[in-house]
Amino acid sequence: MIIVMIESLRAAMANILANRLRSFLTTLGILIGTAAVVAVVALMQGFAQSISAQFADLGGGSLKVEALNTRENRLSGDYRYLKDSDLDLLRYRVEGVGHVAPIMAAPLGTASHRAETATPFVLGITAEYQMIERRFTRLGRFLVPADNDTRRRVVVIGDKVREDLKLPDNPVGSYIQLGREWFKVVGVMESRGEVFGFNQDNYALIPFETARALTGNKAKVDFEINFTISQLDEVEAVKARVTRALRINHNLKFDEEDDFEIQSPDQIAKTFEKITSMGTLVLGGIVGISLLVGGIGIMTVMLVSVTERTREIGILKALGATRRDILVQFLIEAGLLSLIGGLIGIAIGYGLGHGVAALIPNFPPASVPLWASLGAAAFCAVVGVVFGIMPASKAANLDPIEALRYE
Amino acid sequence: MSRALIELSGIVKRYRMGDTEFEALRGVDLQIQRNEYVALVGPSGSGKSTLMNLLGCLDTPTTGRYTLNNRDIGTLRDDELAAIRNQEIGFVFQSFHLLPRMTVLGNVAQPLVYRGIPLKERERQAAESLRRVGLGDKLQHRPNQLSGGQRQRVAVARALVGNPSLLLADEPTGNLDSRTSEEIMALFDALHQDGQTVVLVTHEPDIAAHCQRTVRVNDGRIVFDSAAQATVSEVAA
Repeated sequence: MIIVMIESLRAAMANILANRLRSFLTTLGILIGTAAVVAVVALMQGFAQSISAQFADLGGGSLKVEALNTRENRLSGDYRYLKDSDLDLLRYRVEGVGHVAPIMAAPLGTASHRAETATPFVLGITAEYQMIERRFTRLGRFLVPADNDTRRRVVVIGDKVREDLKLPDNPVGSYIQLGREWFKVVGVMESRGEVFGFNQDNYALIPFETARALTGNKAKVDFEINFTISQLDEVEAVKARVTRALRINHNLKFDEEDDFEIQSPDQIAKTFEKITSMGTLVLGGIVGISLLVGGIGIMTVMLVSVTERTREIGILKALGATRRDILVQFLIEAGLLSLIGGLIGIAIGYGLGHGVAALIPNFPPASVPLWASLGAAAFCAVVGVVFGIMPASKAANLDPIEALRYE
Repeated sequence: MSRALIELSGIVKRYRMGDTEFEALRGVDLQIQRNEYVALVGPSGSGKSTLMNLLGCLDTPTTGRYTLNNRDIGTLRDDELAAIRNQEIGFVFQSFHLLPRMTVLGNVAQPLVYRGIPLKERERQAAESLRRVGLGDKLQHRPNQLSGGQRQRVAVARALVGNPSLLLADEPTGNLDSRTSEEIMALFDALHQDGQTVVLVTHEPDIAAHCQRTVRVNDGRIVFDSAAQATVSEVAA
């Protein structure tokens, strides 16, 4: 049996090489399918990896507290907010908390400078923000505590805002308008480029208290608190302490749920990973259908090939080939054909993935885990064998007399 | 082991073609001894091809008993028939039936693949068989690089490579000119001299004349057997 298999492999190889163009066209479906699968997986995995890396880069210990609003209390208008006192509580009363920075979205409207307008995200923050987010200025200075204390009208802008407003290369000292309020530009942040076409530099930072003052006379402001942890291995313990402190500060009874939520970056990263791996699966599945189509292509050509080689099959049977010998020969040929297509497809998929990743600025480099390539190759061989079964059994069941007479 | 190599008794072969049934063989009895040299003759449609297919174990009789080398062929399964073809029978066909993509050596070695013989040994035996038919210098040629006579020699070498007990040739000279035909027949004569049992199907009298014994088939029956005739004339004398 092993001799027959080796011989079949040799014969299949010879057959494929003898009809190069046809073999190539036969396996083209498999080739394209595999290339697509690998490219998609490569891009998605690369994306996922870079996301986790970005979150890890964030300083690891940075956590976020925000008010927890369920759908019900959103609908009933009973919004929950964090309290101002929560900020001081975290700053001064909880052990293990490092930097603490409040963040609020300042709804000031579009930014403008002379005739130019831009629509940055305007955030109200404090000086600690740069320690927590690890974002630093390229030009000028960052916001300082005095800006906050005296509610100065100063702004640090992202590069995109500078471009959109056609500000000079060094805009420090220029004045821009956010909504109807005038702000002095004191710094420009380091550029962060684009991720998936989203510019990461389209934001403007103003002092938290300035933002709060400009929000108008709303009684409460929706802000979140970012904070770092001084000892990385204490994340869970610090979270528990913060929870306890906030529950007391919010006067929650023992049987009441938390009205706030603490998110750690690895949590966010995990959610993201889940999303990307789901995306990988879904996209991979859709593209996998093309492999099925490729398999059908192989089946069709193999069926034609069996008819074409009827006489050859008759000869082999006359020489003593059993049904199983013929079956094995054709299955191996179909499997090999598909495997070759798959391997070329994997190579092209790699190229495609890396090429696309390189073309999109700032897109993370593609990466294909080994399991994906091996799995794809194995899957291709299986597809070939499965779709080879029909033609192969047709060949195996030919009547030798009829087959020998076939012209 | 005193029995004949081939024993056919009461062989009937019916084919079903749609609704009509067609009887290709209607009761054939035939014995062929070891080292006999038999010509199977008859007009087309006489049933001689069917008879040859049965002898070659490509087909099984509808009724009747066929014993080849003491084995009852009628009871064998498909795969066992394949094994018999592989071990007991060497086929030579009218249109050579070589595998075009393989070398001469590969063609001749092919039957040994199904015996599970490793490559080196296969090639050794195939080369030996090719030398026997006088083609020891053409091992790496492809069939399409050879003349008709040479191709038929390759086919004979392939038939012989497994040391079959029966060499079965179906119109072996049908596609050859008369000079090449004589060469091929000389080869068969020599193989017979070496002790090979040869049965060949032909409709050419001068080809049949090479054989010791002529069996004529007509309308699904044996109508003449020179061996039987001889016995009859011996009795008469």
